[in-house]
Amino acid sequence: MIEFLMHVEQDTVGVAVVDIKAGTHASGRTLHGDAKPKVKALMDIPLGHKIAMRDFKPGDTVIKYGEDIGKVVAPIKKGEHVHVHNVKTKRW
Amino acid sequence: MKIPTIKGYRRENGRVGIRNHVIILPVDDISNAACEAVANNIKGTLALPHAYGRLQFGEDLDLFFRTMIGTGANPNVAAVVVIGIEPGWTQRIVDGIAKTGKPVAGFSIERFGDITTIANASRKALEYVQWASELERTTCKFSELYISVKCGESDTTTGLSSCPTVGNVIDKSIAMGGTASFGETSELTGGEHIVRAKAANEKVAQQFDAIFKDYQDMIMKEKTDDLSESQPTKGNIRGGLTTIEEKALGNIEKLGKKTKFVGCLKPAEAPSKKGFWFMDTSSAAAEAVTLWAASGAVVHLFPTGQGNIIGNPIEPVIKISGNPLTCSTMGEHIDHNVSAILRGEMTVDEAGDELIEMIIRTANGRLTAAEALGHREFVLTKLYRSA
Repeated sequence: MIEFLMHVEQDTVGVAVVDIKAGTHASGRTLHGDAKPKVKALMDIPLGHKIAMRDFKPGDTVIKYGEDIGKVVAPIKKGEHVHVHNVKTKRW
Repeated sequence: MKIPTIKGYRRENGRVGIRNHVIILPVDDISNAACEAVANNIKGTLALPHAYGRLQFGEDLDLFFRTMIGTGANPNVAAVVVIGIEPGWTQRIVDGIAKTGKPVAGFSIERFGDITTIANASRKALEYVQWASELERTTCKFSELYISVKCGESDTTTGLSSCPTVGNVIDKSIAMGGTASFGETSELTGGEHIVRAKAANEKVAQQFDAIFKDYQDMIMKEKTDDLSESQPTKGNIRGGLTTIEEKALGNIEKLGKKTKFVGCLKPAEAPSKKGFWFMDTSSAAAEAVTLWAASGAVVHLFPTGQGNIIGNPIEPVIKISGNPLTCSTMGEHIDHNVSAILRGEMTVDEAGDELIEMIIRTANGRLTAAEALGHREFVLTKLYRSA
């Protein structure tokens, strides 16, 4: 069973395709390419929400679709929930 | 490549429609009541009330007329009754629609009053609806359908499943010689370099740059914060989308892998030739789909994550979702469920083939979820305040 998807292997976040409970050793795959990433969820990650695939510090860039999707504004550990509380747009 | 056929209505100007509406079109806000009365009198007609049409000027007025004339000219419309407060602008819309060769008549209220106008317009509407009801569908090519695409209440599942499915259909239908359009100018922010690279040539790329910059300038001038909760919407955020860049990159999946766009359109402007076109639109669903219908699009592909329920009175809106929660909790709004992509049980190519089948069924007469549920959002885009 797949618990999360990534678009490409370079992405630094995955997307939960089911509700992932904290403590789960989650299995993923990439939509493009055949990587089989794994990550331990440190928090509950609701369906559709993002899980960190590495540690981030403020000022880091988050990569999804192999592209820049915004800047980190609070520290994030691998396996934590990535969303509006710790990532902001660089554009507006 | 084998091009599928559909059963559509070939209009007087050769264009192909898939619905056979007789519409009662108000020129202005104060003529809505008369139009609704006519549509109530004559069954099978459809009034399109809206909020504007008075004291507009300049580019905003041009867009207004383009939208009203384009709506009446759409191949999904068999005939049109136009009602306005005075005869001048009423006739301008009648003349614009008449260029298609379809039946159209105008009525104005001043010097008659509502009651006489409603009676006269109802007699014409009766004539039109009885005539239209005897028109027959004929065999047409799938590639004769002008398709518009836009997503709404997106989430991370749209970028993974429903938007790539639409992109797959764009690649296939443009390869067949079809016509299609995408837009959502502000919602390309963060992926504009990817869109630019899809322009057919440098001239088109520069036109795109100018339109994109104009929209960004407007946002930078008017914004009071980083637009979070507006773009991305509160619903997008609930679904897991965090920034405009992330939302845009999912949106852009609808553009396909191989297709280049051949030109840029003003809002509600009709494409001048086949191919894939960028239209300058907002990302508000009802506003944008109204503009595409006015540009002549006859069927709309609408990926949704959290469940945008929009419909349009002129062009059927086909909803595609890959979010399993949305498909189970509000399945009555979804025409094509692609959640198997998220489970790894279906490829985007297979989902695209199934979506083409759904377009064919819709073209042949199947009511979309939005049609069956009565969603007829007709929303004019206004560029600035009236005089």
